[in-house]
Amino acid sequence: MLSAESLQRIDREIAKYPADQRQSAVMAALAIAQEEKGWLPGEAIEFVAEYLGMPPIAAFEVATFYNMYDLRPVGKYKVTVCTNLPCMLSGGVDAGEYLKKKLGIDYNETTADGLITLKEGECMGACGDAPVMIVNNRRMCSWMNPEQIDKLLAELK
Amino acid sequence: MAILGAINPMLTAGLDGDKAWHLADYVKRGGYAALRRILEQKIAQGDVINEVKKSVLRGRGGAGFPTGLKWSFMPRSFPGDKYVVCNSDEGEPGTFKDRDILRYDPHSVIEGMIIAAYAMGAGRGYNYIHGEVWDIYQRFEEALAEARAAGLIGKDILGSGFDFELFAHHGYGAYICGEETALLESIEGKKGQPRFKPPFPASFGLYGKPTTINNTETFASIPYIINLGGESYLNAGKPNNGGTKLFSVSGHVNRPGNYEIPLGTPFASLLEMAGGMRGGRKLKACIPGGSSAPVVPAAQMMDCTMDYDSISKAGSMLGSGAVIVMDETTCMVRALERLSFFYYEESCGQCTPCREGTNWLYKIVHRIEHGQGRPDDLDLLGSVTTNIMGRTICALGDAASMPVQSFIKHFRDEFAYHIDNKKCLVPVDVQRAGSGFFTATV
Repeated sequence: MLSAESLQRIDREIAKYPADQRQSAVMAALAIAQEEKGWLPGEAIEFVAEYLGMPPIAAFEVATFYNMYDLRPVGKYKVTVCTNLPCMLSGGVDAGEYLKKKLGIDYNETTADGLITLKEGECMGACGDAPVMIVNNRRMCSWMNPEQIDKLLAELK
Repeated sequence: MAILGAINPMLTAGLDGDKAWHLADYVKRGGYAALRRILEQKIAQGDVINEVKKSVLRGRGGAGFPTGLKWSFMPRSFPGDKYVVCNSDEGEPGTFKDRDILRYDPHSVIEGMIIAAYAMGAGRGYNYIHGEVWDIYQRFEEALAEARAAGLIGKDILGSGFDFELFAHHGYGAYICGEETALLESIEGKKGQPRFKPPFPASFGLYGKPTTINNTETFASIPYIINLGGESYLNAGKPNNGGTKLFSVSGHVNRPGNYEIPLGTPFASLLEMAGGMRGGRKLKACIPGGSSAPVVPAAQMMDCTMDYDSISKAGSMLGSGAVIVMDETTCMVRALERLSFFYYEESCGQCTPCREGTNWLYKIVHRIEHGQGRPDDLDLLGSVTTNIMGRTICALGDAASMPVQSFIKHFRDEFAYHIDNKKCLVPVDVQRAGSGFFTATV
């Protein structure tokens, strides 16, 4: 179900916790599975649960609780824009609108070529850099004015 | 670099952006001297805690609880496993200081955690890092590897016989995990739903063992307290408000960013450091301690000094030190609508008053903002908030209610105007101009 490399990474996470607390690694394991699969299909969640020796329902609870897990397929790039108040005051909402217009999609939609999914996010803890957005949960992009957004979109191929 | 200014800095003194975060740089700045002195001189656990008590360091995560007192609740003679946990799940809208501490000075947090573990006799620690800051998590892992290689964490630290293991745990997007017991549940591999207190974490914490949870900035302050002595640290701030603190300034200012200032510094000075109001416009209101803190109108805010007591006297909270600045282009209804959506979205769903109440708060503010407000909506909002507050396991319900109550209290006319005229007092194009998005030059 998961590659040897992913399993190795999961094992490193398990080692951070007491031997009888493998479940503590579930968040990291699901994130690693998502990274490999591009999203988090049910079978991957079940596999992670079995690997960690926890009931599948408990792993599903985690996958559905934390909002960076994608329980449906997303585009090659998921761009999440923060529109919360501090970002809004510095153009976060405008940045979202600008992206929607450029991409011709709304939030929670994917471009027809399957390249980009647009999401509205909650506070990323980077309000001083507003407008901010994150690509694929990993790459934080700061001070995203129109030119910066154009540059980012040109780069996401 | 997003640390843009300071007055008499401790936490940010000598930092040099991305260039000087490594172990060697930290040691050059005097890092790990406090830990070395404690271990070499075998300073008693109780003495370390007393020093922290004397400093009147108050928790930097938002609650402002005295750190030394919190540490003294840990059963030091308890023979089994004990834990120290760092709360770096920084997701309170407006707060972005822990990210910079971990990015530019991760070893100060590590040293603070080792000292805390020594003082409380804990053998293991975790730093829970906010999901959205992956690069910060990776850097902390690197810093941990450096500390481990130098014998600063692991078995028999610096030959003292003291063992302490420290690891990083990466969150994945849930504001509620900033609540300490939800954070513990999350480390245990569960959904982050807060626990009922008591028992408090000091008696029943991570994996049911005694645990102390402190904020990132709190831990980062510990080495300075040990080096300077508690009393000097206290004197760097003002009575009952020890030390310096990082303030995250966001919103309508010319230079949003982090600023380290002594507690008790006038708000006006902080505003000036942040480059003043964007476009020279007028201050309308300020949320001085993160989105959960009550909003304070301009005139009152200009009279405040930045410390726990002064802000509390103005009817708000210093909270995490997240200063959200709003100028006259801000529609207060729209601002509240966005905050209310946040709490609705982030309520964990465990307690009915919060789960249902935050939904109603958002729905009602949303309809006022969209010209469908009803004459009794403001009373209805008040009633929903009083039915949430004090009736939930954790503080998220209160955090959702306080902005609603304070926005209506101070800007009632603006809400009433929306309801009566089905439009905003501040024209939409003025609001748009305020964000500066289409004219931004970086």
